[in-house]
Amino acid sequence: MLDALTPAEWEAIRLSLRIAGFAVVASLPLAIAIAFLLARGRFPGRTLVDGLVHMPLVMPPVVTGYLLLLLFGRRGPIGEFLEETFGIVLAFRWTGAALASAIMGFPLMVRAIRLSIETIDGRLEAAASTLGANRIAVFTTITLPLMLPGILAGMVLSFARALGEFGATITFVGNIPGLTQTIPTAIYTYTQVPGGEIGALRLTAIALVMALAALIASDALARRVSRRMLGQ
Amino acid sequence: MSLRVHVEKKLGPAGAGFALDAEFTSQGRITALFGRSGAGKSTLVDSIAGLLRPDRGAISLDGVTLFDSAAGIDLPAHRRRIGYVFQEGRLFPHLSVRRNLLYGRRFTAKPDRWGQLDEIVALLGIGALLGRRPAGLSGGEKQRVAIGRALLSSPRILLMDEPLAALDRERKADILPYIEQLRDHMRVPIVYVSHAVDEVSRLADTVVLLEDGKVAALGPVNDVLGASAEFIAEGAEAGIVVSAGIARHDQANGITHLAHAAGDLSVPLVALPIGEPVRLRIRARDVALAVGDPGRVSIRNRLAGTVVAITEGSPPSVAVRLDIAGDPLIASVTRDAVRDLDLKIGSTVTALIKSAAFDPLSLGKESVDSQG
Repeated sequence: MLDALTPAEWEAIRLSLRIAGFAVVASLPLAIAIAFLLARGRFPGRTLVDGLVHMPLVMPPVVTGYLLLLLFGRRGPIGEFLEETFGIVLAFRWTGAALASAIMGFPLMVRAIRLSIETIDGRLEAAASTLGANRIAVFTTITLPLMLPGILAGMVLSFARALGEFGATITFVGNIPGLTQTIPTAIYTYTQVPGGEIGALRLTAIALVMALAALIASDALARRVSRRMLGQ
Repeated sequence: MSLRVHVEKKLGPAGAGFALDAEFTSQGRITALFGRSGAGKSTLVDSIAGLLRPDRGAISLDGVTLFDSAAGIDLPAHRRRIGYVFQEGRLFPHLSVRRNLLYGRRFTAKPDRWGQLDEIVALLGIGALLGRRPAGLSGGEKQRVAIGRALLSSPRILLMDEPLAALDRERKADILPYIEQLRDHMRVPIVYVSHAVDEVSRLADTVVLLEDGKVAALGPVNDVLGASAEFIAEGAEAGIVVSAGIARHDQANGITHLAHAAGDLSVPLVALPIGEPVRLRIRARDVALAVGDPGRVSIRNRLAGTVVAITEGSPPSVAVRLDIAGDPLIASVTRDAVRDLDLKIGSTVTALIKSAAFDPLSLGKESVDSQG
């Protein structure tokens, strides 16, 4: 079945994976920082930050995409600044798709990581400090490893969300084959042309396999982590 | 070791005032902080360790200021070099026993390090556990690993906050000998927090009695625990720690005979070699007094002594303090008995103690000065 894929379909799969992978890796450090701030921080405006992070979850994806276009488009305030200063263009590029995917998956990632931070027993960190570890050492040797299950869960959720991203992506970067066309937008294109059913089915099958593989991999990882944590 | 603590701390949302005023210097290797729950023991040790920030006051250890609100000094916990063994172990679940043990080592500057992994592992009997994870350990094993982990961070003092409170009686009995080993073979002074009189009398050299955030009594274990009539009146288990040597074991009858200058003592079988000096705690309420020949009674332990003090407790008890061949002993008897026996200071009496009354948990090795 794989050799039946057209070059354009291959390109859509490659782009989807690249966009999702980049979105997850690039947003991870910020997600950890925000999750930590929300779980442990006591500062004015905490509720506001919490709300902002969750916005993409409750807004229609098209609205998110349109806002991105307004802000990061070549004439948008941020987009113009990025292009003039760093020569970075996001609109109608795969990097823009990655940005849209990262924002859509961000609340899921933050939630999973935040939950794992909240289950960490602060007394373990106190114990580490009596053994001589400063705050940074406590974070890297105790807090971060204990957050690992949540980080993994957050990465998988965000990755899956990125693979399925449609609304914000098509609004912000369009549906240009070989440039910004991902699996979902390619399927959409197939459904819009006569005789496209076979192509749509092929890509649907691929999407199903990828989702399953991600689930199985995350499950195996989580089991390995919890075995390490609780086992002998 | 000299520890000076003078702190104030408001606790709880109600902001109930809590003042803690404690100053003690101890030459002994184990100093017990003894008192009821709520007496301020945990607040005191958490403040010393730097895990709790007092509202006002000062804390210094051996002349080094750890905290001083007036001077704006608050040394963070990780720079205090104070080992802490918590009641609930607090081992790191994601690290093996070996890596738990070695956790504090990398944070200690080379010249400050003392204690080798092999030596401490052997002392605590945890060699077989090194490759395992904390989740698979029993409560007693966890606590031994926690002690080893604190020691390997090369602390200046070791705080132990009710380290046995979460364990059942048998596990307690398993661990106490290891803490004795620690006391006799490691050169680190230990501050041992407990509300259990059997642990304190078995382990400690010096006792600091805390009541309502204040030091109510401070001194050698017998002076504090053996103490005062008020103590008996309050229902705390007054008693005296007596040293004796193991004379012989009578396996058939399950009895160990101890030699004391005032007479032999038979106690439930003890697993220590003959000749070993031991300490045992004799509770005031387990001691009966007889004048002259007590006649045919079942009680095997008879120690000859002289009355040195008679203190009224809350009726009907009276604390009679004896001198038994140089050691103190306290008997809690009724006022009627004192009158009937015509006890006065200087009276010669025989103290009678039932063998079954001895608590095996409170009987342990006498501390020996191996460090000179």
